[in-house]
Amino acid sequence: MQEILTVLWEAAPFILEGAGITVVAVVGAMFLGLGIGVPLAVAQTYGTGSVRRMADLYVWFFRGIPILVLLFLFYFGLFAWIGLNLSAMTATVLVLGMTSGAYQSQIVRGAILALPQGQFKAALALGMSRAQAVWSIILPQALRLSIPGWSNEYSILLKDSALAFVLGTSEIMARTHFVATRTYQHLPLYLLAAAMYFGLTWAGVGVLRLVERRVRIKGYGETA
Amino acid sequence: MSWMPAEEVEFFLHRLIPALNDGLLVTLALIVPSSLFGLAGGIVVGSLRVYGGALWGRLAGAYAAIFRGTPLVIQLVILYFGLPGLGITLSPYAAAVIGFTLCSAAYHSEYVRGGLRAVRRGQLLAAQALGFSPWKAVVWIVIPQAVRKALPGCGNELIYLIKYSSLAYVVTCFELTGQAKIIASESFRFSEVFFVAGLYYLIMVTVASKFLQWIESRLKIPGFGTL
Amino acid sequence: MRVVGISKRLGGRRILDAIHLELFKGQTKVLIGPSGGGKSTLLQCMNYLIFPETGFIELEGQTIDPRNTKALCAFRQQVGMIFQDFNLFDHLTAVDNVAIALRKVRGWSRRQALERAMAELERVGLADKATLYPAELSGGQKQRVSIARALAMDPKVMLLDEPTSALDPELVSEVLAVIRALAQGGMTMVMATHQMGFARAVADEVLFMENGRIIEQGPPAALLTPGAATRTLDFCSQLEGGI
Repeated sequence: MQEILTVLWEAAPFILEGAGITVVAVVGAMFLGLGIGVPLAVAQTYGTGSVRRMADLYVWFFRGIPILVLLFLFYFGLFAWIGLNLSAMTATVLVLGMTSGAYQSQIVRGAILALPQGQFKAALALGMSRAQAVWSIILPQALRLSIPGWSNEYSILLKDSALAFVLGTSEIMARTHFVATRTYQHLPLYLLAAAMYFGLTWAGVGVLRLVERRVRIKGYGETA
Repeated sequence: MSWMPAEEVEFFLHRLIPALNDGLLVTLALIVPSSLFGLAGGIVVGSLRVYGGALWGRLAGAYAAIFRGTPLVIQLVILYFGLPGLGITLSPYAAAVIGFTLCSAAYHSEYVRGGLRAVRRGQLLAAQALGFSPWKAVVWIVIPQAVRKALPGCGNELIYLIKYSSLAYVVTCFELTGQAKIIASESFRFSEVFFVAGLYYLIMVTVASKFLQWIESRLKIPGFGTL
Repeated sequence: MRVVGISKRLGGRRILDAIHLELFKGQTKVLIGPSGGGKSTLLQCMNYLIFPETGFIELEGQTIDPRNTKALCAFRQQVGMIFQDFNLFDHLTAVDNVAIALRKVRGWSRRQALERAMAELERVGLADKATLYPAELSGGQKQRVSIARALAMDPKVMLLDEPTSALDPELVSEVLAVIRALAQGGMTMVMATHQMGFARAVADEVLFMENGRIIEQGPPAALLTPGAATRTLDFCSQLEGGI
């Protein structure tokens, strides 16, 4: 018991530093995913012909392949193949972000479809172009409706980020693994890591709930 | 395949594809029991969360929160590398199936709970008024409605399980992803190998989601929404 | 059917205060009174959907023990209940809504049950809507299906809890027509309603309820004749004039 506590006490700061890296990777991937997901959602709902088909293909690809396979494919394969020499951390953010983009597009698309039909029509009737209507009428409403979906997406990304250890990104999981293979205290160390992820999940969900309250419009979406 | 050099054909047909097919069998052997046990566990946990009363309801809720709030890979590693510390040793395959089952039950319970909650109180009242016993009312009125409400969520969970079965590789259970990793490391053809492995998953996921869509459309009732 | 000394408290408030009520075969009684006066609670107590704290219900001379599940289910089959918000089973078509209790509670065969269900739907004028789901029916049609569903169990008594108050005005009359036909056919009924004209025309007795008590009761002619100095008439003129 004494020995376990010593190991945990000495490993905690090292693993906690990994939590910082985990958070940076997740937040980076969230924003990259947002940048990819919103245009994808618009392309899927308002796009025509090949634009729409391309968007559908992207979503199908990234939602149909496990993160682990995508990490291997891009880091060891495609990135090197096109001549990019990326750090494990950058590759992690890129792959998680591209994947999250596919999922976030589904969140935003769902929100756009949940808006009353009349919104788009009314905007066009006022003389807005389709792009204007999407940008200033549809998206401000759809993005507000998407917040609960993002809270979910954050917790998924956080958990998926634990897979980045296979590339050697020194986040929580990788550091725990590093200590565990040297001290043979697998159980207490991984329980500590699990507790950190658990804490980060609830912290993030709390932050997003705060954001939701901030941007809420009184009486809006309460019946939905 | 005359457009391909002979050694390429040799690699794809006689190295990669057979190895991935072996992996595929292991993947299926992981998915099938995990999804069935996971769904059964999810129904039990979800029902406890709704009808279990204070103690059981809270225990089931805590179970779901813990398994949904921590990464699956850590759960697997704890089962495989952690439990021997307590004198419990699992084979890679057993650790993977137990881990997938426990995690998937937690997610299923969320949808089962939502489905049960979504059945309006008046439905039960009306059944009682017609003389249904509580048990019959649950079997004939609540469950048919709850199943339809929970189906899309539970179906999604199956799709997730197909993809997350790749994590079995971390506990040295060599399924599709593990086989791909071995071949890729030996041949240094990372792009091709993982792209083909990705196609295997894409096909499984697409077939499963088409199948789920078909079931959903079979059970569809006009004006009866999902969660 | 007799209701003896029913009382019920909810959240410290007395909803029903020692209610007595006697119902003879073929009688139609109408409950009126302000919302929150206990009408709905009384009706649900009469079917033991809510268990009263004191008092008991008697049907044809037999007391019902609500702790005996089997007896309770048998009792409920003999007492039809119509809800304000219909409570049709959302996952079943109109005809299946009517048939399901026959099949699962009575144990009838599928064919037998569907035949009977069709007959009941015909009786409420909805034979052509049999295969539609609740979401595809109008409010009036839903309520008529729910009446058919109750009738299929051959109830001895029907309890109707404001059957028309969730309906758009233009749909009220189709439901009332069905209820009127029932009354004329000799069905024993207790109905809570705000439809005064209907109460006047159909009721054998009007009960005015307020604060969990029956304050006045008597034939509609006595309570609702213009000029009668009754609380009932007061309340009704408020209702009719206040709109």
